[in-house]
Amino acid sequence: MGQPGTGAARSAPGHPAESGRAGTPVVALRGVEKSFGAVRALRGVSLELFPGEVHALLGENGAGKSTLIKTLAGVHRPDSGAFLIDGRQRRLSGPAEARDAGIAVIYQEPTLFGELSIAENVFMGRQPLRSGRRIDTAAMRARTAALFDRLGVRLDPDRPASGLSIADQQLVEIAKALSFDARVLIMDEPTAALSDAEVRRLFRVVRALREQGAAVLFVSHRLDEVLSLCQRATVLRDGEHVWAGDLAGHTPDDLVRLMVGRELSALFPKQDVTPGEVVLSVRRLTREGVFVDVSLDVRAGEIVALSGLVGAGRSEVARAVFGIDRPDAGEVWVAGQRLRPGSPTAAMAAGVGFVPEDRRQQGLVMDASIERNAALASLGRLGPLGLVRRRAERRLAQDWAVKLRLKFARLTDPVGVLSGGNQQKVVLAKWLARAPRVLIVDEPTRGIDVGTKAEVHRLLSELAGQGVAVLMISSELPEVLGMADRVLVMHEGRLVAELDRAEATEERVALAAAGRLGVGG
Amino acid sequence: MSGLTVESDVDQASAGQRPARRGAAARRLVDRVGRVRELGILVALVVVVAVTAVANPAFVSPQSLRDLLLNASIIALLAVGQTLVVVTRNVDLSVGSVLGLAAFLTAQTFAANPGLPLLPGLLLGVLIGLACGALNGLVVAAGQVPSLVVTLGTLYVFRGLDFTLARGRQVNAADLPDALLSLGSGRLLGIPNLVLITLVVIAAGALYLRAYRSGRELYAIGSNPDAAVLAGIPVGRRVFVAFTVSGAVAGLAGALWMARYGTVDAAAGTGLELQVVSAVVVGGVVISGGSGTVAGAALGALLLGTITSCLVVLRIPAFWQQAITGALLLAAITVDRLVALRLAAALRRSSRAGRRDEGG
Repeated sequence: MGQPGTGAARSAPGHPAESGRAGTPVVALRGVEKSFGAVRALRGVSLELFPGEVHALLGENGAGKSTLIKTLAGVHRPDSGAFLIDGRQRRLSGPAEARDAGIAVIYQEPTLFGELSIAENVFMGRQPLRSGRRIDTAAMRARTAALFDRLGVRLDPDRPASGLSIADQQLVEIAKALSFDARVLIMDEPTAALSDAEVRRLFRVVRALREQGAAVLFVSHRLDEVLSLCQRATVLRDGEHVWAGDLAGHTPDDLVRLMVGRELSALFPKQDVTPGEVVLSVRRLTREGVFVDVSLDVRAGEIVALSGLVGAGRSEVARAVFGIDRPDAGEVWVAGQRLRPGSPTAAMAAGVGFVPEDRRQQGLVMDASIERNAALASLGRLGPLGLVRRRAERRLAQDWAVKLRLKFARLTDPVGVLSGGNQQKVVLAKWLARAPRVLIVDEPTRGIDVGTKAEVHRLLSELAGQGVAVLMISSELPEVLGMADRVLVMHEGRLVAELDRAEATEERVALAAAGRLGVGG
Repeated sequence: MSGLTVESDVDQASAGQRPARRGAAARRLVDRVGRVRELGILVALVVVVAVTAVANPAFVSPQSLRDLLLNASIIALLAVGQTLVVVTRNVDLSVGSVLGLAAFLTAQTFAANPGLPLLPGLLLGVLIGLACGALNGLVVAAGQVPSLVVTLGTLYVFRGLDFTLARGRQVNAADLPDALLSLGSGRLLGIPNLVLITLVVIAAGALYLRAYRSGRELYAIGSNPDAAVLAGIPVGRRVFVAFTVSGAVAGLAGALWMARYGTVDAAAGTGLELQVVSAVVVGGVVISGGSGTVAGAALGALLLGTITSCLVVLRIPAFWQQAITGALLLAAITVDRLVALRLAAALRRSSRAGRRDEGG
């Protein structure tokens, strides 16, 4: 796979400081395993953080970065493997103990208390006390103001945290870390929502922290940022430790290869279809602050993949096309007719189906039966005067269960008892029963076992063969490359690349998703 | 990390004086809103009392005002405990039943033991309430069951227990010690004893919520439960304590109810829970948690109680009393919502403006 460095050796437990770095790591993980049910999120991951370094944690979506962070934060406890702080084995009982050990985490989603003042947010649980164990509000305010002075930012300690920009919320979190003299600062994609000026300010703060001897673990998909800020990196892939080493001399392309580096399997057969007329046409669709100026066409019989990193705005585009969210500008046309914006009913009437990303929350009514779920989008057709005939409902479910090779005991069982793959088939059945012209599928095979995955792929391919226009959002590059006739790549709310089946490679798509490949490749 | 200072360059230079002033403006706005909330209730109180006084000057006699306070004190007491629960994004609907159970059992104990001193008897009421509250807290915190359902259930359980133990009997004033009855009707320096006890509990509750770490953590839990966990706050334990305190206060209220009215049967305090929740919400405690004060909740109780009295004095039919209480509740929620929206917009503006100033 052409990995630089001696990845295997560094990841082996019991061999610290092989890069020639002296001293004990402040925090180290050795061969940590963590499973959630049947999902093995971390499989033998090792990580070393030294004082005075900014260390990058890299990996694709679902590589296990978040689990690793939460393990360091004391939220998850490793199933096996060692967690060392200052070279001593520790077992953290919870976030409070991680904090007491000097580990601060800045999560991707804000974790502030909106109603409470900034000063209280900084010192929650550790407020300075005066006589009678009462909180010394004046001292708390003064110390918060002093922290902001040191950070060189102007925020009023007394204002409530609600309404703060993401950048300011991060500064409050950093002030929190400073307030308990954190030695380890973990930042999960801190720059994802920041402007350039805010990123510069953040980096200035991070570099200052490093010079003071803090260890910073920096998670980012922006590889140029990683290379400018970090000295070393650890790369995860599918929960496994792939590589760790010095970043000096590496290019973004090297890192992408390390993060992706996986065999392209032949599991995904998309039959060749001569595309027909344009069925779905999206024109300059914009939703302020989410995605900008997105235009795309999907022809009958074509599968178009929308690729990109999590947070690039792919699902949001799908939601706007289907009418769940109202776009601020732009148009959606289906078979020559303009859709009323912000109306899923109009989209459905025009023949659009939408299989959402989160099937448990959005795709299915988990407590309702299989037949109820399968018929949910076709209720108007199952009887006169809006009444639903149970018999018609059952017949519909039965038909599709056979066609999709659904594995079930009884159609009256709650859909929640089915496996993930079979649940997804029910969601698909719900839409296929309407004979859609356009099918939008968001992460169609997430959390589905390999066998069912291939079946879902076969199904999508057959649909395209029957002339359905399919728009597929997927974070799995093999799936994208195997299934799609064309790949559109989004980066930070914009379409940045369009690649034909022939020119789409893992590397090109990943580079475009990281914002390193211009429009047209 | 302790010696950190970030090199100041473009940012700080361009930040200048203006954002600081704007921040101060935002803070003033927040302060004002906080105070306006309690001030608004006070103003409403004064208006209501003044209007009634015009119609019937006897309404503002010292005795009448004392009665107003006395009538509101039990609800205000319960509102203190309820506030602790509501700021954690929970609700305690069982307080009326807890009050009833504590009132009856303490009354029965006093009647059966004529020599029982005052303090242990009252303490018994508190302990009964505490046990009920602890049960609520345990199921909510350990069982992860929504408090609305849990306390709706215990509302009936505790009341049922009350009826089972009472078996149709009632305890009369003649069975209770004189010291107890004079506690309920007496006063100190012209202020009724019950009002004084309520004021002490309000002060204690206010101090706890304002100045103690665990008190502040209750707000944090209600404001953002997930973040509270990540901040290392023992969420379950805190919620448990909030329910236990609410129960204990309801138990104390039960004992005082007995002292005040002298006659106690199993139906004492039926339906009080909704008055308490109304008082808390009218008093500015946000039902979805995270903000509100004990003082506000107590003022809310006083306002609702006063309005009821005024309507009686003004000879307005009972139906209107309920309708007006309901309208007031809706008005309070509407005003809160509007103010919250305005405030959020103002805060976002001040934050954005600050950002524009700093950005290069």
